[in-house]
Amino acid sequence: MLENIDFTLVNWSRGQFALTAMFHWLFVPLTLGLAYIMAYMETMYVKTGDPEWKRITKFWMKLFGINFAIGVATGIILEFEFGTNWSNYSWFVGDIFGAPLAIEGIMAFFLESTFIAVMFFGWDKVSKRFHLTATWLTAIGASLSAVWILVANAWMQNPVGTFFNPETARNEMTSFWDVFLSETAVNKFVHTITSGFVFAAIFVIGVSSWYLIKNREHLLAKRSIVIAAVFGLISSFVLIGTGDSSAKEIVKTQPMKFAAMEALYEGQSNAPLVAFGILGEETDHKNLNAESEADFLFKIEIPSMLSWLAYGDPDRYVAGIKDLIQGNEEQGILSYKEKIIRGYKAQQALRALKDAQKSDPNGKEATALKAKFRDPEFIENNVQYFGYGNFYHPDPEQIEKNAFTMVPPISMTFYAFHIMVMLGGLFMALFAVFLFLVLRNQLHNKKWLLWAAVWTIPLAYIAQQSGWIVAEVGRQPWVIQDLMPTMKAVTQIDVESVMTTFFLFAVVFIGLFIAEAKIMIKQIKVGPKKKEDPNNV
Amino acid sequence: MFEALSHLALQQYWWIIISVLGGALVFLMFVQGGQTLIYQVGKEKDERTMLINALGRKWEFTFTTLVTFGGAFFASFPLFYSTSFGGAYWAWMVLLFAFIIQAVSYEFRSRPGNVFGARTYETFLFINGLIGTFLLGIVVASFFTGSQFSLNDMNEMNWHSPARGLELLLNVHNLTLGIAVFFLARTLGLLYFLNSIEDENIEKRIRKQLWYNAIPFLVLFLTFIIWLMFRDGYALNPETGEIFMQDNKYFLNLIQMPVVLILFLSAVVLVLYGIFISLFKKSSAGIWFTGSGSFLAVFSLFLVAGFNNTAFYPSTIDIQSSLTIMKASSSHFTLTVMSYVSLMVPFVAAYIWFTWRAINKNKINKDELTSGESHFY
Ligand code: HDD
Ligand code: HEM
Ligand code: HEM
Repeated sequence: MLENIDFTLVNWSRGQFALTAMFHWLFVPLTLGLAYIMAYMETMYVKTGDPEWKRITKFWMKLFGINFAIGVATGIILEFEFGTNWSNYSWFVGDIFGAPLAIEGIMAFFLESTFIAVMFFGWDKVSKRFHLTATWLTAIGASLSAVWILVANAWMQNPVGTFFNPETARNEMTSFWDVFLSETAVNKFVHTITSGFVFAAIFVIGVSSWYLIKNREHLLAKRSIVIAAVFGLISSFVLIGTGDSSAKEIVKTQPMKFAAMEALYEGQSNAPLVAFGILGEETDHKNLNAESEADFLFKIEIPSMLSWLAYGDPDRYVAGIKDLIQGNEEQGILSYKEKIIRGYKAQQALRALKDAQKSDPNGKEATALKAKFRDPEFIENNVQYFGYGNFYHPDPEQIEKNAFTMVPPISMTFYAFHIMVMLGGLFMALFAVFLFLVLRNQLHNKKWLLWAAVWTIPLAYIAQQSGWIVAEVGRQPWVIQDLMPTMKAVTQIDVESVMTTFFLFAVVFIGLFIAEAKIMIKQIKVGPKKKEDPNNV
Repeated sequence: MFEALSHLALQQYWWIIISVLGGALVFLMFVQGGQTLIYQVGKEKDERTMLINALGRKWEFTFTTLVTFGGAFFASFPLFYSTSFGGAYWAWMVLLFAFIIQAVSYEFRSRPGNVFGARTYETFLFINGLIGTFLLGIVVASFFTGSQFSLNDMNEMNWHSPARGLELLLNVHNLTLGIAVFFLARTLGLLYFLNSIEDENIEKRIRKQLWYNAIPFLVLFLTFIIWLMFRDGYALNPETGEIFMQDNKYFLNLIQMPVVLILFLSAVVLVLYGIFISLFKKSSAGIWFTGSGSFLAVFSLFLVAGFNNTAFYPSTIDIQSSLTIMKASSSHFTLTVMSYVSLMVPFVAAYIWFTWRAINKNKINKDELTSGESHFY
């Protein structure tokens, strides 16, 4: 079955999605967090009436506006790409996935775009309180945008609250609340949104530090640093906490991703955590087989920590990549080969149903087959593994070989995860140090520290992108965990079309990104409105 | 309360919502139309700044409506989403490119250090105005003229034209509607400027331009409608579920759904009235009449395309693959959930209306450009 797949097409489509999603994600985190920082600053202005607060608010708002515009530009394409490039996927999951996207439009995007207009154009047109409300609503609107898309994403990682309807050949929703409040969705939302808060806090601290280095805008810089450091510190706790709970939940829902995050080949009890590691070439060889081993050039391990991280119990067994593929009876792990055969049976039943329906839509055979898809045992034993069926082959040996291809890129997932976690610790330390020093008024003469803060901004971008690489690359080969492999999801189209759009996107986005970055830097250099110059707003 | 409705009733309810969004989208295309007129109506830099700022506080609505239109289609008629977007790949991609470049243009245009210069961003706005309206019209026309696709029994789509959507441009009827929508957007753009800007010179040029845009629009639109009334259409036999060609299907739809007919006729009257008072009466309220008229016209055209056992997304090569609202829709459960969400729509419309009024209370004029309080593009 794998023979009929055009992998060049699949890979270009993946590349295009990755490109556009990662561009979108360059801008979204700043929007998410900066909106609240601004709203808080404006609240200070309304409370104290101090015009300096208004100046500060307006300065950050200007940067917000520049960033927001390009975030919107990159977002629209993502939404439609589900249809254009993942057409089979869109049908297979449209019944569930479409709803969050639509709710997002109705509930979040309108809120955001309406009140953003008030925020920018309303200063002299509406009352102070109305304006402040608009700023807060913009911030809330941004967070709501995140809720819905993350619910959709969480469902791909952990498809719950649905059943497979053979009649329409797609998944249909059975419980909205199961989809909305699944553990994955909640973790994902809280972790991602706080990652945006942390990001924005670093941005604000970095830019303010630059002003201190240049010996300008002392009041603005200090006030901003206090707010951002407090905001960042609180968010960091939540971020790390939910990162931990995400990992615990991945062990259950996506064990292969978890094993790849740690490059854990052989499962073990008292599994150690690789705190820092460099992988050798062997690790990612494409011909993974039963003999393969993890190849660390260098590593620092914390004994039993991985078992503890995964289950809160240092003695527990953590499954490795090979256990998952080959199965492990002792630990109750089904082999991929078995899952492939079971999934294939489900697919065959669907095929038989379609054929039976052709001769007699409501005949005995069709009715019996339809009932099968409602039978809890069949669902539990076969339909659950529906997607594995795509890796079937009549030759059992080939099935085993196919099973070894069902592993995400290990070193990419491993590094991305470790980079994210290390940077998470670093950011937290940075917030604490800055808060401490700014409150004691000792910040301005620590030049090296200020420069460090400036250079942390690019690190924050890296942490963000790494997080998504863990989530999205780590779930390969699935687009919907266990149900639909990426290769089945793709729109059947000539690969040249996808290549063309890929390069068009690359050129347009890079061009816009350069413009955005230049404008942003220029605005920062110009700085906030001078008190005596009414034109420079 | 929605649980109790039949699947069909929910499908119809959602088709109405899609039609409302489609109507709203075309009305809001006044932003796109306006973008193509900046140099014809604004001769000096200040004048152009006023025009761009008048549009700049509204573009987000059009954009967001487009996004929501897409999302709502995905949620309620996913088979359309997967078939049309994946199939007419290039038509949609070009349309989307036109919107990507719009989104940054307002914010970046007048910023120092913007790399490409103000003229580039103004060109982006023009391209968006031209392609955005034209291609949208083309795609909507294909709801009547059909496309070349087939679906297998797993509902996987196969598109038979290698041009992937660009072949729609070869159909004269599609082109007629495409160009008509372009001129409609420009007409609406002019009426919007008239309503929101206070400047004698600009006003004079607007009234002149109105002739050049309203007339082609009316001629082309009429052509499209007459042709639509005479052509055969893709009808569904509700008993067997089969699709067949029926003579004058769309004309029959109007006759058999008198409410839609009345809506459509009032739409025409409103559009004409708005244009009339702007041309001959010096009124600046034309946008409200022509605007609500275009909303109603598109709304009723969508109903004609999807209601009364009609296939709203016909396939010309495998007629049984054509999509009807019954075939393309989400499950009863999802439509029910979404129907609760739809209760938010009036609330959203209300706050949009409220803030629109707050921002447009005073017309834009040259004094405002120098006041320094507000954000400027
Ligand atoms: C500033 C950025 C940032 C930082 C410092 C961290 N994260 Fe993170 N992480 C994200 C930004 C992020 C993210 C970009 O928001 C992701 C991508 C997908 C998602 O759900 O959130 C993510 C995903 C993500 C995932 C995968 C979720 C999935 O596959 O569904 C795990 C397991 C963690 N994180 C764990 C952590 C841990 C244990 C951290 C400890 C310090 C941490 N993250 C810090
Ligand atoms: C929450 C919303 C998101 C959804 C629903 C989503 C969905 C998808 C889909 C459908 C694909 C293509 C299929 C595949 O390759 O498996 C994909 C791939 C990918 N996405 Fe996401 N994505 C989301 C957010 C993001 C973000 C914000 C980023 C990056 C910052 C990202 C990074 C990637 C990458 C790197 C790939 C390619 C993975 C690969 O093919 O190896 N995703 N995602
Ligand atoms: C791949 C999935 C995604 C799709 C389809 C998508 C879609 C969109 C669209 C269409 C817009 C423009 C909205 C407008 O008209 O105002 C947008 C903007 C936005 N999106 Fe996404 N998005 C995705 C991923 C994400 C994720 C994962 C988050 C947050 C966690 C997010 C948060 C936002 C925010 C805050 C905005 C506001 C504009 C900005 O600053 O970027 N998006 N998105």
